[in-house]
Amino acid sequence: MLQDVPQLQTTPPSVPRAAGQCFHCGELCPDNCFILESRPFCCLGCQTVFSILRENGLEQFYQLQTTPGIRVRAAATAAKWAYLDDPTVQEKLFDFANATQAKVTLHLPPIHCVACVWLLENLFKLHPGIGKSQVNFSRREAAITFAPDRIKFSELAALLASIGYEPQLTLGETEKAVLSPWRKKAWLQIGLAAFGFGNIMLMSLPFYFGLDSFNGAWFKAVAGWLSLAMALPVVIYSAGDFWRAAWFGLRQRTVTLEVPIALGLAAIYGSSIIEVAGHRGPGYCDSLTGLIFFLLCGRLFQKKTYDRLTFDRDYKDFFPLSVMRKTAAGEESIAISQLKTGERIVLRNGELLPADARLVSGDACMDYSFVTGEAEPLLYETGAHLFAGGRQVGGAIEVETVKPVAQSYLATLWNNEAFRKTRDNDLDSLTNRYSRRFTKMVVGVALLAGAFWLLADSAKSLKAFTSVLIVACPCALALAAPLTYGTVQRLLARLKIFLRNALVIERMAGVDTIVLDKTGTLTTPDARGVQFHGADLTAAERECISSLARHSTHPNSVRIAKSLGAASQLVGGFKETPGCGVQGEVAGKQVLLGSANWVEEGTRPSPASVLQTLPAGSVFVAINGEMRGSFTLENSLRPEVEKLIVSLGNRYELALLSGDNEREAGRFRKIFGDRATMRFNQSPADKLNFIRELQHRGRRVMMVGDGLNDAGALKQADVGVAVVEQVGIFSPASDVILDSAELPRLARVLEFSRSAARVVRAGFAISAIYNLVGVSIAAAGLLQPMVCAILMPISSASVVFFSCGTTTWTARRMGLISKQQAPLPVPVEVQNLLVPPNLNLAKQP
Amino acid sequence: MSVVIILILASLLVGLVFVVAFIWSVRSGQYEDTTTPSLRILVDEPQNKIGETKTTLK
Repeated sequence: MLQDVPQLQTTPPSVPRAAGQCFHCGELCPDNCFILESRPFCCLGCQTVFSILRENGLEQFYQLQTTPGIRVRAAATAAKWAYLDDPTVQEKLFDFANATQAKVTLHLPPIHCVACVWLLENLFKLHPGIGKSQVNFSRREAAITFAPDRIKFSELAALLASIGYEPQLTLGETEKAVLSPWRKKAWLQIGLAAFGFGNIMLMSLPFYFGLDSFNGAWFKAVAGWLSLAMALPVVIYSAGDFWRAAWFGLRQRTVTLEVPIALGLAAIYGSSIIEVAGHRGPGYCDSLTGLIFFLLCGRLFQKKTYDRLTFDRDYKDFFPLSVMRKTAAGEESIAISQLKTGERIVLRNGELLPADARLVSGDACMDYSFVTGEAEPLLYETGAHLFAGGRQVGGAIEVETVKPVAQSYLATLWNNEAFRKTRDNDLDSLTNRYSRRFTKMVVGVALLAGAFWLLADSAKSLKAFTSVLIVACPCALALAAPLTYGTVQRLLARLKIFLRNALVIERMAGVDTIVLDKTGTLTTPDARGVQFHGADLTAAERECISSLARHSTHPNSVRIAKSLGAASQLVGGFKETPGCGVQGEVAGKQVLLGSANWVEEGTRPSPASVLQTLPAGSVFVAINGEMRGSFTLENSLRPEVEKLIVSLGNRYELALLSGDNEREAGRFRKIFGDRATMRFNQSPADKLNFIRELQHRGRRVMMVGDGLNDAGALKQADVGVAVVEQVGIFSPASDVILDSAELPRLARVLEFSRSAARVVRAGFAISAIYNLVGVSIAAAGLLQPMVCAILMPISSASVVFFSCGTTTWTARRMGLISKQQAPLPVPVEVQNLLVPPNLNLAKQP
Repeated sequence: MSVVIILILASLLVGLVFVVAFIWSVRSGQYEDTTTPSLRILVDEPQNKIGETKTTLK
């Protein structure tokens, strides 16, 4: 798995920085051959960055943070970025450009600490062609202004890459429409409403206390007209979205929550004008603006977003922007959108195959973990058909494309209709169902009151009619759901469970079937699954192997190093051969770790019996030329998964889907019980169809999966839960992003969502009680601005306290958050700051 | 008591100044990114000029 690269412990506590830790990036230095000014460096790349920064007076970088640097893994080649000078590519990427100045916003995933921000904002010291640069830390973005006539865009990208901040330029980024700046608008709307609310309240206060009699009638008129004037921009601009939504709802012939709100607002403002113009009173503008202010606050509270998390990713976000095309003239870098079928492209180690292709030459060793969730790379022979989405491990290969990018195997999944429907349709939400009934009742009562007074005392008729509409304005109703769900969303985010939006909670509460993916979701490739076969290793040998393995970032090496534990030996002559293995000299021993054939080549012929008894597909070890045995790496069940399945099974119908074979069917049957459906050898499309079948049978399905192979199913399901190893790195399109460590809590999270739905219903009940009181007064024709001014804030405030309080209390009772610690809600981006830079995965490619 | 009208106008004027300032601050993007400025402020600009930096690297 892409996100599976576990945290690489680069700094054993026993080893101080002086003893072989890179001054720049903090990784262990395998051999002390890179030393500059008595500071050790792990590689030439780090040393070069240090000298570049030193020459340009940017040494402060190293004072802001210990070992803040990012290891530069691939040598920066200008050719790699050549496609960036193509005007069509630039047009898509640049925010602004003319002959002498251009501005571009680049996504730089390696940004991880305060030193990064400082360095990138001092970029102009590195090249005279670079102007101002501004970093947005939470988005991991830098907006850079530069002079294209002095530094080409490709050179800028190469410069960033050379100091460790390689820009991530994916196909998706260029095609995405610019997001509408809703947040800016939301702030403006709230600010204006707050201004109106506060100032109108100031002028209404004398009336509440009967002080207006000191000033006479002219004061009443002045205050009334001023209030109306100040309320006008609030009604038009701040409440603009309510008018639009209500109009849209009516045109669709449905009653959404906005309809009674708009009705109420119109009634309040209209009757205020009549009152002021008729010198009858100061109007209800104070309640009106207060109402709009509270409604907007509730809406903002609900619209919690996470800058670094994307819930709508598709394959384009993972495809590179460029490929190396091989032509008669040589190799050239072209934009992926220009790639046609029948063209030859070259893939190097670690590069992603963007289109279905046929292997022409080279040893293809494709890592499909990205697509299928299987960690083991597959070997292919010349002529083999390769599917898009694989990552080449090993030497360079040459392939001929057979399908355009948009029609490749991986892309077809996204062409499924499941990806075209938008699911944020909230017409059927609790609030809207309730508000339909509410609107009918309010309009009914208003008409009845109007009709009654028409017969009894016709002068009071209009007042009674509008009074009912004014008092019944569903402020409390509108606040109940946003505040409850918003609170749930915040509490869950503390547990590293991130929701796409607040409505997901309601859908989660309604789920009755849960479908789980096996590989990567229930099982995990961690240290517990690593077993050694062969004659037992001595403690010294274990340490040697561990020391060697920790120098490689290959998932297998990392797992082996983790399972073996302590590793404090220095490694000399470290060499990693992609697709084969690693070798080095540890404590005077020559150690080889890698695939069977490769290790065998470097060893004395061993008795055939030794090799035959060892299981295939494992990692072999040779020490001093002698085959010692092999490690098998199996996926082990995540902790507490069995308990989770049992508790889920009590309430929900369960199903297990796996792209894997039936090898482990028996083991999972025992956990899941006899009733659960279990399907193996499922392709991504099979998974999607399985979910659809369930939905046709009237089931509300939650899919829990991880890789891209689950992407279709996650999208089709009513609630898609993506289980990730590291939040913010990669996840397919989903509704919920769940840190894998929190998987055992899933049952309790579901219970929590059900209780949240109950809290919302209770909030409706509270607002109903207030409405009953208010409407009774209004229908009796006794409504005064004073009553309105008291009743409205009280009903809103009580719903606010009830929703937030009850939800937090429920979370505590369920043990989702503990009483003592009650940590402040630390935003994701700040949490990242707290992680020591060396452990931050963003640094790893 | 007509002096109260002057007070009302004065208070409205002050309020308007703040509304305009608020609109300007939102428009100029001050609410776009609230994390990075909090990091930026941690960095001291070096006292001595570039090139003369004799920093105490540990």
